[in-house]
Amino acid sequence: MVSSEEELSAGDAPTIVELSSDDVLRARADAVTKAGVGRKADHLLEVRGLSTHFFTPDGVVQAVDDVNFDVGYGETLGLVGESGCGKSVTALSIARLVADPPGKIVAGSILFDGIDVLKLSAEDMRKLRGKEIGFIFQDPLTSLNPTLTIGYQIGESIREHLGLPQKAAKDRIIELLAKVGIPRPADRLNDYPHQFSGGMRQRVMIAIALSCDPKLILADEPTTALDVTIQAQILELIQVLSSEFGTAVLLITHDLGIAAGMCDRVNVMYAGRIVETGTVDTLFENPRMPYAWGLLDSLPRIDDVRGDRLRTIEGLPPLLINPPHACRFGPRCAYIRDKCRESEPELTQREAGHMARCWATEPEGWIE
Amino acid sequence: MATNTTVVGARVAKPKASAGPWREAAGRLFKNKLAVLGLILVSLLLFFGIFGPFLAPWPYQVQDLQAVFANGGRPLPPLSPNHILGTDQLGRDLLSRLLDGARISVTVAFVVQLVIIFIGVPLGALAGWYAGLVDSGLMRLTDIFYAFPDLLFIILLSVVFRETPFGQALDGLFLVFVAIGLVGWVTVARLTRGQILSLKETEFVEAARAIGVSDRNIVLRHLLPNGMGPIIVAITLGIPTAILAEATLAYIGIGVQPPRASWGSLIAEGQKSLRADPHLVTFPAICIALALIGFTFLGDGLRDALDPKLKGKQ
Repeated sequence: MVSSEEELSAGDAPTIVELSSDDVLRARADAVTKAGVGRKADHLLEVRGLSTHFFTPDGVVQAVDDVNFDVGYGETLGLVGESGCGKSVTALSIARLVADPPGKIVAGSILFDGIDVLKLSAEDMRKLRGKEIGFIFQDPLTSLNPTLTIGYQIGESIREHLGLPQKAAKDRIIELLAKVGIPRPADRLNDYPHQFSGGMRQRVMIAIALSCDPKLILADEPTTALDVTIQAQILELIQVLSSEFGTAVLLITHDLGIAAGMCDRVNVMYAGRIVETGTVDTLFENPRMPYAWGLLDSLPRIDDVRGDRLRTIEGLPPLLINPPHACRFGPRCAYIRDKCRESEPELTQREAGHMARCWATEPEGWIE
Repeated sequence: MATNTTVVGARVAKPKASAGPWREAAGRLFKNKLAVLGLILVSLLLFFGIFGPFLAPWPYQVQDLQAVFANGGRPLPPLSPNHILGTDQLGRDLLSRLLDGARISVTVAFVVQLVIIFIGVPLGALAGWYAGLVDSGLMRLTDIFYAFPDLLFIILLSVVFRETPFGQALDGLFLVFVAIGLVGWVTVARLTRGQILSLKETEFVEAARAIGVSDRNIVLRHLLPNGMGPIIVAITLGIPTAILAEATLAYIGIGVQPPRASWGSLIAEGQKSLRADPHLVTFPAICIALALIGFTFLGDGLRDALDPKLKGKQ
């Protein structure tokens, strides 16, 4: 853990130092216990064999292909990978927000708190969204409606799902605004989004996501549009509040530093598939997939020699139209052998709670 | 010390009322001189349209025959005693008739736009939101209406229904509302559809879906208010078209039934004695021109004020 922290903290030092504080960790442990009360299934979210495809004029894009994972009650799970690897589509699929057409969930099941989300009627699904599943979007600048006050927008899901009377709803909105750290919440209720800074708007988005006390928050790159100092504040806010409310978080990010600081477990996605999964400790200490090595290696380090180039993973992710039956990372992998070109590896167990999809790091593979 | 007081003062100061996007637009509108002129003209028209009959020196249909006889059977010229703008051939006070005309124009202006809004906005919103078959169906319907020659359609409708109770309602005005409204909703429907189509892909709509807002509320609360600017402009600029259409109809003798006085029918009557009594044509023509100018300036001003891309460029 120590070595991996050193490795990762370089890019985002303040974030990690702040977030790994013992208090937060203890609060999170409490939250996991608390969130377990009244559970209806083993895991809050069980995704099995999820495949989401996009039917485009050029062919079927297999954006998410046979993805399996669980999110425990009160747990924070990271979903990392580069652009276009299917992270966001996975999150949108869980909330059934994939635009149809052209997108379609073609296979799999998503059990949320024991309910099969994919079998719900559109109306029941609408009642679940916002109430049980909150969503934090990437860009707070465009995710708020410019013509409505933020008070109205936070109140929207409260009115829609909880049906509180006017006064109680207003009190709840003010309480939420105070919780997410907006000064003078009662005065700012009637302000419009353009009167808030980017960081403040993201706080408003978090208030909206938390407004009905959901069991799960899907956070789709919640800090990408913010600068680094604000990032740290927002992440800490998400962590503290999710602990307080006992909310599970599916955190999508391409920043491994954030994932290491925030998450209990991490899934690495590549080309629509999960290629490695494990607890933060095991995965960062002993990654078993060349793609994960590449991601970790591409982080800038504090001890880098000045003037050195940043390290990258050569090449681009493959097109997901008719992907070949082979290792999808193969073309970019330095350790590729014939076996990788002939068949696709399975996710296999490497140690307790740590799985990877790579022929080379299998016990009989060619990398130790 | 001085700084201290300022800081304290600033903190205690009551926060200013929120400058919503609509308030900002109003601010931009009032900075535009032409738009303010338009607003004044429109307000005057509204005022006279609503209160005209109470201000009019005579009822619009009463004939002051004695005065006409005294004038040798000819219309009284402007500035005559009791008739400040003169009378027509039948001794009816021109000012009073113009004021009745104002009432008709105002009614036409607003009722026709209401008809247009009630048909155009819902159809456009449905087409834009549901896309697919609903969209194709509704848009082909608008194409059909769009393809009609407007005036011909209105004349046809008026002639066919003129003798029915439907055509007689409200002195024939009801038919005018329906006829002009039926050809006018198409533009607004298309505009609304376009607005909805572009806005429904925005992220705040996805965010609204993600918190489970119903389709109805997304369209009514999120999409329409954001797309309202161009629709308001189209409707304001549609008003002069409607006023002109009504005047045209009255001019060719369709629409408002005598003795009601539309500005169009006043011109039609007046032009019979254009050489001898030009005031009978001039005054209603000026009224029409001022009304059209007023709405057009106001519409232009609104377009500039409501278009966020023009912000701060004037």
